[in-house]
Amino acid sequence: MGYYENVFIVRQDMSPAQVEGLADNYATLIEENGGKVLKREHWGLKSLAYRIKKNRKGHYVMFDVEANSDAVNELERQMRLSEDVIRFMTVKIDEVTEAPSPMMSRRDRDDRRRSRDDRDDDFGDDGDDVRGRADREDADTIEEENS
Amino acid sequence: MAMGGGRRPFFRRKKSCPFSGPHAPAIDYRDVRLLQRFLTERGKIVPSRISAVSAKKQRLLAQAIKRARHIGLLPYIIR
Repeated sequence: MGYYENVFIVRQDMSPAQVEGLADNYATLIEENGGKVLKREHWGLKSLAYRIKKNRKGHYVMFDVEANSDAVNELERQMRLSEDVIRFMTVKIDEVTEAPSPMMSRRDRDDRRRSRDDRDDDFGDDGDDVRGRADREDADTIEEENS
Repeated sequence: MAMGGGRRPFFRRKKSCPFSGPHAPAIDYRDVRLLQRFLTERGKIVPSRISAVSAKKQRLLAQAIKRARHIGLLPYIIR
């Protein structure tokens, strides 16, 4: 048995309830294969950094799982077959931490900082500028998110 | 050491690794905000000789950025 973290992205035209159902399916799949889901996070509908299978956005779901490799292989096989899952990644982790991932605290912090993006210190400046520009391009989509 | 001398000595500020020390942030592929600081404006990974990240942390950082790219949190290229 080992600890794994699985993140997968669901097509943007699925409703949150459908995503929830899909995640439930995968959770039961892991349990049927003798694993345990220790943590589950829904990061919600996020815009992707680039298009994946014609999608510009996707629902992110994360699982922290204690399972053996067979269960993980089966999970990955099912995700590969599914038309709704556009991308997934499983990573081996040393332990499952209680604290929520940086993603969960992200949203509010991001919004607050966006307004004063230009007064960032070190060499990260360029990166932030680019981000700012990208944000403006997607301004309409972001507004959708916030509402 | 080799530089300096002459009329205008060239001062180089001593840089230290941003991921070492007591309050260093953990490198995590989900922390987009953090990783973004180590990308160029084109989306390339900043070399450690510029960002002063230690070799060990640079390996972890590169891995984290590549993971973030794979699941669409970071771009491969910014055009």
